[in-house]
Amino acid sequence: MNEPSNVKATTEESGLEPTRGDAAFVPSVDIVEKGNALVMFVDMPGAVPESIDVDFNQGRLSIYGKIKPRGDGAQFLLHEYGVGDFFRSFQVSEDIDAAAISARYEAGVLQVELPKAEALRPRKISVGAG
Amino acid sequence: MRRVSPFRQFRSEMDRVLSDVWAMGSNLATRAFPALNVWETDGEMWAEAELPGVKQEDLDIDVVGNELTIRGQRTAPTDEKMTFHRQERTTGSFRRTVRLPVEVDADNVSATLRDGVLTIRLPKSERAKPRKVQVSVG
Repeated sequence: MNEPSNVKATTEESGLEPTRGDAAFVPSVDIVEKGNALVMFVDMPGAVPESIDVDFNQGRLSIYGKIKPRGDGAQFLLHEYGVGDFFRSFQVSEDIDAAAISARYEAGVLQVELPKAEALRPRKISVGAG
Repeated sequence: MRRVSPFRQFRSEMDRVLSDVWAMGSNLATRAFPALNVWETDGEMWAEAELPGVKQEDLDIDVVGNELTIRGQRTAPTDEKMTFHRQERTTGSFRRTVRLPVEVDADNVSATLRDGVLTIRLPKSERAKPRKVQVSVG
């Protein structure tokens, strides 16, 4: 079983400067196509739901998750991961209906649904006779 | 506008692909899932793991002596009607055991799972708690 990436992204690795300018963790993401929408599952445990930013601008989706600090000042015996904010952005190839994007945070996972724009949905064209 | 070196991007993509390959099915992986943080206070040991998307009913926590075991599974968000464009999140079953350096009171261990963070509180047994020693001047 492969492991979650929990790697701090520098500005150059993520290819885009986050407005906050700090390094942040890169969350693991699944992207699926389900019917007429793209759905993203973003691992973001311990986030403050009201402080999660999801921005969609000219085909670029940016996600910033602010994390509730925890374990501060603890005397660690085992310290396998760090706790900090998450940031990741994607260039989305499909045409998305930006006004209909929705996001939900549950059990530490941010689910973002990006419905495809109406114009690109396949349509059956009925053929008249005569 | 910052220019990103295509070589650096390529290398970081390759690093990511290769690290996934090494980790897959490898018993020698230097990092296991889930990653754990363990710390102590005078009266307690604490263990914490990040388990986003894992349901409470799919999680088992056992304490035997001073060994803590976390077992569980995470199911993929699959559905026959879905096609994956990208799949990075681990799925399947996992198991980690940690031997704690002090004796804990197994009957009074408690755990909470909130927003994908599992926090386990393990009170130290009375014997294991630090004692102040009075120094008498003689």
